[in-house]
Amino acid sequence: MESLTNRKVVVSDKPMTFMEKLYIPAIIKGMLVTFRHILMRRKTIKYPEETREFAPVYRGMHVLKRDEQGRENCTACGLCAVACPAEAITMTSAERTKDQKDLYREEKYASMYEINMLRCIFCGLCEEACPKEAIFLTDRLVPTQFERGEFIYGKDKLVESTDHRIDITKRQFTGKRGTI
Amino acid sequence: METFFWIDKLVLVLLLFLISLGIAAYQTYFERKLAGWIQDRVGPDRAGKFGILQPIADGVKMFMKEDFTPANADKWLFILGPGIAMFTSLITSSIIPWGPDLQLFGRSISLQVAEINIGILFAFGIISIGVYGIMIGGWASNNKYSLFGAIRASSQMISYELAMGISAITIIMISGSLDLRAIVESQHGMNWNIFYQPVAFVVFFICALAETNRAPFDLPECENELIGGYHTEYSSMKLGLFLFSEYVAMFVSSALMAILFFGGYNFPGMDYLKDSPNLLALISVMVFFAKIFVFIFVFMWIRWTIPRFRFDQLMHLGWKVLIPIALVNMLITGFVVALYEHWF
Repeated sequence: MESLTNRKVVVSDKPMTFMEKLYIPAIIKGMLVTFRHILMRRKTIKYPEETREFAPVYRGMHVLKRDEQGRENCTACGLCAVACPAEAITMTSAERTKDQKDLYREEKYASMYEINMLRCIFCGLCEEACPKEAIFLTDRLVPTQFERGEFIYGKDKLVESTDHRIDITKRQFTGKRGTI
Repeated sequence: METFFWIDKLVLVLLLFLISLGIAAYQTYFERKLAGWIQDRVGPDRAGKFGILQPIADGVKMFMKEDFTPANADKWLFILGPGIAMFTSLITSSIIPWGPDLQLFGRSISLQVAEINIGILFAFGIISIGVYGIMIGGWASNNKYSLFGAIRASSQMISYELAMGISAITIIMISGSLDLRAIVESQHGMNWNIFYQPVAFVVFFICALAETNRAPFDLPECENELIGGYHTEYSSMKLGLFLFSEYVAMFVSSALMAILFFGGYNFPGMDYLKDSPNLLALISVMVFFAKIFVFIFVFMWIRWTIPRFRFDQLMHLGWKVLIPIALVNMLITGFVVALYEHWF
């Protein structure tokens, strides 16, 4: 039968010639191959010092964004928690008082917002579900810890600070609720 | 004079002990580094600059581990096993001539701990005892895998000792002495035995790989079949001694190969330095160590290139290939030596 690809190889079990039976030429050939590898460039990325270049759409640690005036976008609607297939997100909502107008964008806000990074599968559905452009996945990595409890990230770790904004320009967003 | 003699020897023994252990320690480092390079990795580089403190970290790790003895193990033999393994690998370095005599403090100091005139015989005797360390260790563990490893080790070492001995006999025939110092002196300058006995060298080298249980002959410790073989049940520094003795044995057998085939501490052009014996001794020792390091490198290079033998292949190679080759080589050498000496 004619083969579809031309990768077919006929297997042969012909007896070895004397030179092949000596093995030593073959061994030397193999050793030269390994020696060439000694001189080659290393392929290692020494992680904490240097990091691999990420794809622009890389989905890593989450960030809760603020708008241009530094107000939190999140209104604690809970859509992200509903969308989350791993049920990693939980939150409680609270009503904004008059003097908190410069802290929260909407009248309702999340007084507690937690993502369990061990449950999270980094699918990005929370980001997709968010109507307020509050949550984004970034190209930052979740650092390793020794305790499970330390992987439950609260607002202290998730909300960006006003003087240290997290870049989300590579993500999809309208820009209506803060462009940075 | 007598006291000076003892002081010299003691200092030399202490130095040799430290150098052997130090080289063995850095062999472990270099082996991992080389393994990394051959596999396009970096190798250990976290402890100190370029990971240079890795052996110390490994040593600390070994000492900190729990020293466990299996419930049904023979306690004394269990301790004796690694002891014998370490002892036999270290003791061989006592007969190796490390260089020409030094002229210090108005007397001549020999760089050889024990100048015995049957050096090779002694070395082979000690290498044979080396089997006991592994055998006793594997037996005392009371574990089937350890026993497998021990049996493999003993049958392998006994088989390869024959071919090794026969190829050493050819060297003894052409140099006319069992004394290692005399063998080295007979290869003065560039008159190395490798040029007369390349076949014997190949046989000897393969046997040396098998005797030190290095890949491709590392069946006794075969990780994926025997879970470590004879040292499966060992932990802590007892395991450390087993692993370490392998590296010391590698160092010593490299030294033996350098002596028997590559002229020991001889190097071309050493006659120009006749007037300054100390400088000559210093350079000779350095040359000798350079040769040893080349051999160690080749040992490791082979380990990370060639896959392990099957046991029947190992026996086939030992009994049906190497021993006949060594025997024929010995016969031819004997004939040529007899012709050369006008015995006919």
